[in-house]
Amino acid sequence: MAIRRGRGVAAINYPTGMNLGGDPTQALVHSTPTGNFMVTLSSVDLGQGMKQIMAQICAETIGVPTDRVVVDTADTDTGPHCMGTFASRGTHRAGNAVIQAAREARQVMLEVAAEELEVNASDLETDGQGNILVKGAPQKSISIFDVALSAHFKRGRSISGRGMFLIPRSYPEKETGAMKPSTCYAHACTVAEVEVDDETGEVTVLTVKNVFEIGRALNPKMVEQQLVGGSWMGISHALYETTEPYYPNRDHGGTDFNQYLMPGPGDLAETEIIVLERPSADGPYGAKGPGEMCANPQMPAVANAVFDAVGVRIDTLPITPERILRALKAQAN
Amino acid sequence: MELRKSYFADVRKDDLHEIGQPRPRSDSPGHVTGRTAYFADRNFPGMLHLKMVRSPHHHARIRSIDTSEAEKHPGVIKVLTAKDVPHNVYTILILIQVGPEDETVLADGKVRWKGEAVVAVLAETERAAQEAAAKVKVDYEVLPAVFDMEEALKPGAPIVNEYHGQNYYLYDSGACRKVRFGDVEAGFAQADHVLEQSYQSSPIEHAPTETTGCVVAPEGNDRFTCHTNTQAMFFTLDNTSIILQMPGSKLHFVGGTVGGGFGGKVDVIVEPIAILGAKLTGRPVCFIYSREEEMQISSPRAAEKVVIKDGVMKDGRIVARKVTGYTDAGAYSRHSPYGAQKGAGHYPGPYTVPNVWIDTYCVYTNRTPSSAMRGFGVTIGDFALEVQMDKLARLIGMDPLEFRFINAYRDGDMKAHRQPTEGAALIECMQEAARVANWPVAEKYMAMSSYKNGA
Repeated sequence: MAIRRGRGVAAINYPTGMNLGGDPTQALVHSTPTGNFMVTLSSVDLGQGMKQIMAQICAETIGVPTDRVVVDTADTDTGPHCMGTFASRGTHRAGNAVIQAAREARQVMLEVAAEELEVNASDLETDGQGNILVKGAPQKSISIFDVALSAHFKRGRSISGRGMFLIPRSYPEKETGAMKPSTCYAHACTVAEVEVDDETGEVTVLTVKNVFEIGRALNPKMVEQQLVGGSWMGISHALYETTEPYYPNRDHGGTDFNQYLMPGPGDLAETEIIVLERPSADGPYGAKGPGEMCANPQMPAVANAVFDAVGVRIDTLPITPERILRALKAQAN
Repeated sequence: MELRKSYFADVRKDDLHEIGQPRPRSDSPGHVTGRTAYFADRNFPGMLHLKMVRSPHHHARIRSIDTSEAEKHPGVIKVLTAKDVPHNVYTILILIQVGPEDETVLADGKVRWKGEAVVAVLAETERAAQEAAAKVKVDYEVLPAVFDMEEALKPGAPIVNEYHGQNYYLYDSGACRKVRFGDVEAGFAQADHVLEQSYQSSPIEHAPTETTGCVVAPEGNDRFTCHTNTQAMFFTLDNTSIILQMPGSKLHFVGGTVGGGFGGKVDVIVEPIAILGAKLTGRPVCFIYSREEEMQISSPRAAEKVVIKDGVMKDGRIVARKVTGYTDAGAYSRHSPYGAQKGAGHYPGPYTVPNVWIDTYCVYTNRTPSSAMRGFGVTIGDFALEVQMDKLARLIGMDPLEFRFINAYRDGDMKAHRQPTEGAALIECMQEAARVANWPVAEKYMAMSSYKNGA
């Protein structure tokens, strides 16, 4: 009896957005009298930080700092339609809608600035700090604060925009299955290293090295939290979790966190995250949806590592000590 | 986390101001100081608590329901049964024309899974609602149940859900969603090795910090404001409008700050009945799942069975892949027909295989309905595919990572569902994984590229 070490690899891809498309999201953007910007949505922030990302996308597009953007979301009396937050779609779908709305608002903003500066709007650019400058003559400039005041009180303009993003629905062909499930795919490759106690069947995940290709890390710290959390969930799915431990038998289902097995902080592996960026053609600033796929490659990587360690295949999730011991026993016979 | 900018350096840019910057989240301080308001922080004077009487049986006919004792219980204001729900039989995806309507808000004549909602009790306190719920008498005639997908698909198996008439979802393509590409049998005939393996998963709980729920307040203008942690505002509003036969203009949903979803809050379960309760009593109503309900009543990730048969050459090329996927929907559809179909669009995984045959089935059994969960339709499929890839590599004596390089899809490769590959990056992910994990692979693989005609 011994502690045996092994490692395994898995590589995956994952579609962004609702399968087969047909999942619209809309956004509205408007400026306040002093040049702050409101993004109005009905999208839901599940805790992943969607509001912050929409603020950064709007800020980038309009050309102001992120702290001048406020996101008002998930009120059906005010927010235009969003299909919902699921299917790794939030950033991709709502982000594109926000870009379109923000572009329209930016155009009005530049037109008002052009009138104030007596130049053509096409000759203007933003400095990202809250000012609009004449290209090639940056000494000629106006603050967005003053532009918004002018729009509201002098020129009677609404600095606002409407955005809509919809990928037309694809219908699978009945006999061949020809279809377009998605327009862009994120990718991952994970290497997991485990120790398996062949006496108790217990698996300890030592390290997980995840490489994720996500199009564009719009906010690197925030995507990191999602990728690390996903990696932990993948390990948890691989080794611990189920509401029906003897599926298809319905008995012994956990009803609280004492009975429903999940890893504690001490069970979490040393986790490494590496991000590659291949901007997607239709993603907001190239982003793809990493929300779901980041929890997928750890399961097969751990299963393959267990085989590498003790030479038994556990093809049923979760990979419990009981299943490992039964497999070792069967192998010995 | 590290960003490796050497990959795709010709197409990625660093010329933006706000995008790509690690700005702190504006909502974090509220979350960590307890100032963020979640739906359950709403508390209205006179608010009622809703508790469900649930089926103790996996499959049973309801002979009768007697709510008289419950109605007399101190603090009870209203007891609801199926007849109180205007459009009691519904299905959530009807909004995108995926029917039939197959699920009851409150059981009518039959229960199809242990835990199914039968009677809703509204009382002044949570305790009174709970105590009164225990006094509801339901007379059941227990029916044979089926839990195993293979058993459910056999002729003569008990029918789980009469609205379908058979124990699988009927797609326009038949009993399963199909993908046919090339000639899979010719591929197996030509292969040096054929390997068929079966993979199985079990239902999994989303385990969000915040359980599913809502707080509903009737407004003075005949409208209802529903504070909810749904993942999809209008999806829930529009379904509620159908179930309650109430114009959508009467409904106002407020949410968007959620303590974890993971797909578990895409179903439309708590809001319609809570709003109905508010309408019939004229009082605010809260319906919040206990942790036990969250774990055993709310939809889990479906259990799946995936059978993969591959034909592989000694040189590492996969020449044929046949996948049969089974998704255990439990008693009702919810999002499972969508999930099973998503699997059909995902197989054979990120690999270029010339001959592919895919069948994915959505199967009904007498268990808690499964539904959306992070990656569903793909997650368990990837477990199966990637363990299978490891087995195939070892079968032909090849390094598992090198074996994947040989088969990895690249730009321009035709997928089984007949879309050309665009924006591929699997090869680069594997190259970086080989580097970071110190997993040696031959130089020719490290020189490959996902680009069309890449080395």
